[in-house]
Amino acid sequence: MKLFARLALGTALGLALVTGAASAETVKIGLVVKSLGNGFFEAANKGAQEAAKELGDVEVIYTGPTSTTAEGQIEVINALIAQKVDAIAVSANDPDAVVPALKKAMQRGIKVISWDSAVGKDGRILHLNPSSNELIGNMCLKLAAAHLPDGKGDFAILSATTTSTNQNTWIAEMKKQLPKYPGLNLVTTVYGDDLADKSYREAQGLLSTHPNVKVIVAPTTVGVLAASQAVKDAGKIGEVFVTGLGLPSEMAGAVHSGATKEFAIWNPIDLGYSATQIAYRLVKKESDGKPGSEIDASRMGKIKIGADGEAAMADPFVYDKSNVDEFAKIF
Amino acid sequence: MSTMPLDKPTVRRIPDKLSTPTARLLGSWESLLAAVAIAIFFANSLASPHFLDPWNLSDATYNFTEKAMIAFAMTLLIISGEIDLSVAAIIALASTAMGAAAQMGFGAPALVGIGLGAGLLCGAFNGLLVARIGLPSIVVTIGTMSLFRGIAQIVLGDKAYGGYPADFAWFGQGYMSDLSWWPSWHAFEVVTFEMVAFLVFALLFGVLLHMTAFGRRIYAIGNNAFAAEFSGIPVRRTKFVLFLLTGLMSGVAAVCLTSRLGSTRHSIAAGWELEIITMTVLGGVSILGGSGSIGGVVLAAIVMGLVTFGLGLLNVPGIVMSIFTGLLLILVIALPIVVRRLRASS
Repeated sequence: MKLFARLALGTALGLALVTGAASAETVKIGLVVKSLGNGFFEAANKGAQEAAKELGDVEVIYTGPTSTTAEGQIEVINALIAQKVDAIAVSANDPDAVVPALKKAMQRGIKVISWDSAVGKDGRILHLNPSSNELIGNMCLKLAAAHLPDGKGDFAILSATTTSTNQNTWIAEMKKQLPKYPGLNLVTTVYGDDLADKSYREAQGLLSTHPNVKVIVAPTTVGVLAASQAVKDAGKIGEVFVTGLGLPSEMAGAVHSGATKEFAIWNPIDLGYSATQIAYRLVKKESDGKPGSEIDASRMGKIKIGADGEAAMADPFVYDKSNVDEFAKIF
Repeated sequence: MSTMPLDKPTVRRIPDKLSTPTARLLGSWESLLAAVAIAIFFANSLASPHFLDPWNLSDATYNFTEKAMIAFAMTLLIISGEIDLSVAAIIALASTAMGAAAQMGFGAPALVGIGLGAGLLCGAFNGLLVARIGLPSIVVTIGTMSLFRGIAQIVLGDKAYGGYPADFAWFGQGYMSDLSWWPSWHAFEVVTFEMVAFLVFALLFGVLLHMTAFGRRIYAIGNNAFAAEFSGIPVRRTKFVLFLLTGLMSGVAAVCLTSRLGSTRHSIAAGWELEIITMTVLGGVSILGGSGSIGGVVLAAIVMGLVTFGLGLLNVPGIVMSIFTGLLLILVIALPIVVRRLRASS
């Protein structure tokens, strides 16, 4: 028993020395993720550490539950409140369940923001989206134009289902912003229902019925992958290009085969970086984070806070041959 | 011819008990746990300056109160030689039932009733399969673990039930000082409803197990179910009641947790069954049945709560935390055995 007590005491003293090293002056920011051991969030932490290094007087506490449960996240948030951190930036497992804990945090003077996966309005000052529908629609068109000579030619859209909310919003945005790209001509929109085989057949159909289509834009990771495969199997690499939104880990093969030159999706490193920058500015009272205000996020530029406290970070990040392998390891 | 001197009997003193009451108390599992709890308490307060803050400690109790309430019922069940692995799934199903009822506009009292009722029904289902049909409880409850959570999953999909009435939030978030009869002393401000529920249930289960005939029967069944049967103990009925109790306590935990989260997802309380069983075993309940005490489980709950909160304050990742809990379990179980071996060899 004595031995155990001595061991416990020894460990405790050791830990006390380690934690005591951080000075009281630093801004402590808790970066709470959905679960630990997820490549996407490890990458976000990389960005957060980068921001902390730039800002100098910041300590980022990267933490989260082992499984993606709300109750696990609440335990983590309670521990952060108890340590009297200055800010909490959370990607929520459940938008409502964490609200009471985060409200308590705000009552005790902690600045709370959410990023990636939002928290209900009462539980945070602002929410940082990786991008906005408007920016995503624009990026899809920009990518299509980049694949066509002089930005002129026909393109088609391969979407998920006819009722997919996200995809429909993005397609509507693309149509709205089409006049900005006068050379682009949208021929048709087909639906692969986010199923690999149906998307593949729809892409095959596009290639045979619309030989003028030089670019297929798929704002869904299932679609963009299936279309790349269809182009490759039809031997039309170099003639027809596929682009859109996809995950680097799934798209690496298509990029190396040449069926896809570029595609886009958010960059988790930038997201963690911006969340840390914003949390820091709120703690330093450089901004109140109210709708309509702007927050300086250093290398990511000024981020504008929109209605309901929702903010969009930036254009989706473009991936090509040069960086897809590096990010394929992450997500 | 015997060489024993029969006319001179040797005087041998046979003691009533093998050791003095104080020595027994000191050597007991509960005092070992209490010592561990005190050691961890001191270690925590040395390791983090934020540990000894009444509000922080009050928040920390949520780490174990709900799980411990189920662990009390689990203690009785394990002592009787059975086990229930479906407790976390019962929470999920009971919470889903409450969520559905909240959507229909039921008030807080009805929701509590529905949560407890759903727990009881699930417990009755387990009890029927084990006590009536005679299936092994570990197999039955592995099955119902998937069944109960599966139903919640089908009902909820990837959605969540929210919109619980405002007064329902009190069970999981409220303080006793919200009530008019609660003493308004400063030190009592931090006492939550869940803490009081934890203590009241500890007392109720303690009395039931240690001071009633029903409690003695549980030990008898756990030590030898056949002998118990032949002694006139209604083994099956007792086991059925124990499954009912476990289901009911899972319902109580479901009410508290749902009220605390204010939202229900199918993944609610995922993995809790193992933490609850760990708590019970750490509390000195023999996994083979027949021995254990509520006092031990109360202490084990506090130890586990202190460990997870203390490590959380030091931002130790959850994965490392489970390693710590595992090591603690092995250490506490191994220590008395090692000590006994050492004593025997010297």
